[in-house]
Amino acid sequence: MSDALVSPAVGGLLWAGAAGVAAWSARRVDADGDERKVPLMGVLGAFVFAAQMVNFAIPGTGSSGHLGGGLLLAALLGPEAAFLVLASVLGVQALFFADGGLLALGANAVNLGVPSAFVAYPLVFRRILGRSRTRGRVVAASVSAAIVGLALGAALVAVETAASGISSLPLRSFLAVLVPIHLAIGAIEGFVTAAVLLVLWRARPELADPAAPRRPVGRVALGVALAALLTGGALSALASSRPDGLEWSASRVAGAEPAAPAGGVHALVARVQAATALLPGYALPGGRDGARGTSLSGVVGALLTLGVALAGGAALRAFARRGRARMPR
Amino acid sequence: MNALDAALAHLGSLDELAARGTPMARIDARTKVVVTVAYVAVVASFGRHELTRLAPLALFPAAVAALGDVPLRPLLLRLAIASPFALGVAALEPLLDRAPAALVGGVAIPAGWIAFASILARYALSLGAALLLVATTGFDQVATALRRLGAPRALVVQLLFTWRYLFVLVGEAARMVRARELRAHGRPLRVGVAAQLVGVLLLRAMERAQRVHAAMVCRGFTGTFPPRGRTRLAAPDAAFAAGWLAFFAAARALDLPALLGAALFGGAR
Repeated sequence: MSDALVSPAVGGLLWAGAAGVAAWSARRVDADGDERKVPLMGVLGAFVFAAQMVNFAIPGTGSSGHLGGGLLLAALLGPEAAFLVLASVLGVQALFFADGGLLALGANAVNLGVPSAFVAYPLVFRRILGRSRTRGRVVAASVSAAIVGLALGAALVAVETAASGISSLPLRSFLAVLVPIHLAIGAIEGFVTAAVLLVLWRARPELADPAAPRRPVGRVALGVALAALLTGGALSALASSRPDGLEWSASRVAGAEPAAPAGGVHALVARVQAATALLPGYALPGGRDGARGTSLSGVVGALLTLGVALAGGAALRAFARRGRARMPR
Repeated sequence: MNALDAALAHLGSLDELAARGTPMARIDARTKVVVTVAYVAVVASFGRHELTRLAPLALFPAAVAALGDVPLRPLLLRLAIASPFALGVAALEPLLDRAPAALVGGVAIPAGWIAFASILARYALSLGAALLLVATTGFDQVATALRRLGAPRALVVQLLFTWRYLFVLVGEAARMVRARELRAHGRPLRVGVAAQLVGVLLLRAMERAQRVHAAMVCRGFTGTFPPRGRTRLAAPDAAFAAGWLAFFAAARALDLPALLGAALFGGAR
């Protein structure tokens, strides 16, 4: 998920959702009282980056891939700590690698963290694994859990992109592209996760028997995430005056735009939107004179402002350099 | 592996840029975090067919890069490397949306091309702002600012730890991969072998975490890092925040390029 594809409404709601899950997870980790977990979590966060350096050949294709690590973290740390580790990894990626971006950070934490840690790990991985640690069980549990987690995450990406309405790719074809790819990626991720866990548990058998899952954490977090997602989708569909992905595909099929729902909520949201003005009007260019066209003066004006902005930057740079040269260090 | 080493060096260099006493580095970290988040939100708030109105917003990254004396070439390179996903989705726009949208000098420009350029412009502006935040503030200070702005303790400690051990573990992984490559004579890395490598890496990481914990307890670690830097906001911080937030509001509310264009052309369209 990238900043360029998320609308502020969807990005903000997912930020709120991710922040809620993170705050709740942080409270749970604090309450845990296991202080040794703090450096372990930190080092495992760095380990995720290191593991992604190991690029292996994907069988049957000419391409290569690496471990994502969400499920592995959940298996090592439990869901809450795993979510915090993933969120911090994504934060570092957003700030240093320009991966995703700040607005999309909440969305990325939800897409990668919630399905693996709070859905696939408790509901699939632990169920299949049970108390046994045999090779077959570990592989079966990891592969199915990774497939569920990644496919769910891919579906979330498609839904969020459609709800944001920035790409005109219809939801259905986006889903049709993303989900099958992630089924395959999930199978590989699951296999590697299983192999890594087996290496670890063979060397350190005492780690293979984590405390039994304490409370039904999965369902609570799943509820929170689904609620955030539904609100996000519903609100942005209501709040937008331009066709979103779904409406877009509908209008392609029907040859006309579906009528916007008239009524209390829609009007209210529209008014709030107009008042805050952070959610844009999304008017097509040239609304003022009827024709769909920007004028030449607008284009020239834009180029000029861009030039002024960049020249201002260059002037400031010279100014800052001179200021620093004068200042003793 | 040379590319990898270069990427690591770049990662560290971005953080180190903030250690110099530039005018930008002296602004309080909380102020910069809040202003950057506001900027990203404003950039994202423009619709998919708006391109010209994004132009004035280029002033913020240009000014921050200038006042922070951040070299442009590595910054742009970083943006280019990370762009394939946004580029992939944006590239579909011209195919999907062919209605003519703009008329420039008698040539009709399809709406899809405007959306294409708009997505890429927003990508560059918002991600550039995030990179500049680190390059002018430093990761430690960003994390401390997040703590002061109310982020959960466990998450902030986690961020600081991840950052601190990133170079150690990534360097270790790079050495393992290089050692395999020297012995592999160009054979590709098979999945099973990769999992063995990652497993060994994981074992070493966990042992390191135990040693780190023991060492920290010896030095009185209580579960949190003491925050560094000043706590009071000063007048320049307030002026920085107020000035930029006012500019963002103006760029959001008014069509600055059209106003400038109209002023130049005497309102002729």
